[in-house]
Amino acid sequence: MIAPKDRWLDREAGPVVRPYAVTKGRTVPAPGTAVGLIDVVVAVTEPRPPNGVRLAPEHRQILALCQRPSTVVDLASDVDLPVGVVRVLLSDLSQYGILRILPAPRGQVTNERLLRDVLDGLHAL
Amino acid sequence: MDYTHSDPAAAGEVTPTTAKILIAGGFGAGKTTLVGSISEIRPLRTEEPLSDRSVGIDDISGVDRKTTTTVAMDFGRITFRADLALYLFGTPGQERFWFMWDELAYGALGAVVLADTRRLADCFASVDYFEQHGTPFVVAVNCFDGAPVYEPEDVQIALDLDPDVPVVLCDARHRESAKKVLITLVGHVLRKSGADPEYTGSAQPAS
Repeated sequence: MIAPKDRWLDREAGPVVRPYAVTKGRTVPAPGTAVGLIDVVVAVTEPRPPNGVRLAPEHRQILALCQRPSTVVDLASDVDLPVGVVRVLLSDLSQYGILRILPAPRGQVTNERLLRDVLDGLHAL
Repeated sequence: MDYTHSDPAAAGEVTPTTAKILIAGGFGAGKTTLVGSISEIRPLRTEEPLSDRSVGIDDISGVDRKTTTTVAMDFGRITFRADLALYLFGTPGQERFWFMWDELAYGALGAVVLADTRRLADCFASVDYFEQHGTPFVVAVNCFDGAPVYEPEDVQIALDLDPDVPVVLCDARHRESAKKVLITLVGHVLRKSGADPEYTGSAQPAS
C-alpha cells in the first residue's frame, strides 16, 4: 500500500524506477542460465521458493503468468518490462527451482521435422 | 537444488515448439508492414546494456555513465497449432542497434531481406550480415507504387547474390504475398539442409 504522501507522480510521469533497479542492478542472467528470446518458460506446479528467499512483486507477477507455458518475448510484452530485465528475473526463478526454461533451438536450425511443420503451417494460413 | 518438482507435460499441458524468422532491410523498406500483414503484432521493450562491441558503433563519448540504450520494437507471432508458433522479428534498422542482431539471428530459421528498388543500397548491410553469418535468407523486393519494376534476376545481379539465393517480388501489405515470401524462405532453408521441400510424406498435416 502506497502512503498518500508518496503518491507524488501520476501515470504520465512514466516509470519511477529505472528498469534494472528491479533486478538490483544485474543486467545479465545468472551464469549457466542463458535465456533465449523464444525459449519457453513454465512455472512448476505449486511453486515454493527455497527457504529464506523472498520473491519480488515482479517475480510473483511473472510466476503467475507462467502457470501456462509462455515464451520470453510474450512474457516481456505481457508484463511491459524490458526483455533484459525479464531475463534476469526468469533466471532467478529457474535458480530457485520453481520455473523451467525450455530452450528453443540454438544455432543453425536443421531440424527437418520443425522446418516441414512450419512450412505446412504457412501453407495452411 | 531440486529441479524436478513437477513436469508440466505430466499435467497434460502442451509445451509449444517455437521458431523465429528475421525480417531485415533498410529503413522504410516495409519490415513492420510485412510482419503486420501476416502475424499478430506485439510490442516489446528492451533496455540492453551496451556491449563492448557496440561501444565503437554507438558513440557515447560525452555521455557520462550511459550504460544502457532503450529500444522499443515489435515482434510478430503466428500460432499454427497449440504446440507450434513462429515468431517474426524485424531487425532494428539503425546502425546503432547492430549489437542486437547477433541475439536476434542466433537460432533463427532464416531471414527475409526486404529491398526497395528505389534504395537498393539500403539492404547491402543486411545481405552482408547474413552472408557472413551463414544465415539462410531470401530477398523480397517490396513493389512500392511508382517504384521502378525490375526482374528478380536484375536484383540478384545488382546485389551480387549467390545464384541459389531466391529473389521474389512481393507486396508487403498483402497477407498472401507475405505468406509466399515466408514459404519461399522455409523452402530455401529445407533445400539448403539437403531436404526436398516438395516432399510431404513425413510431414504432419496442419490441424
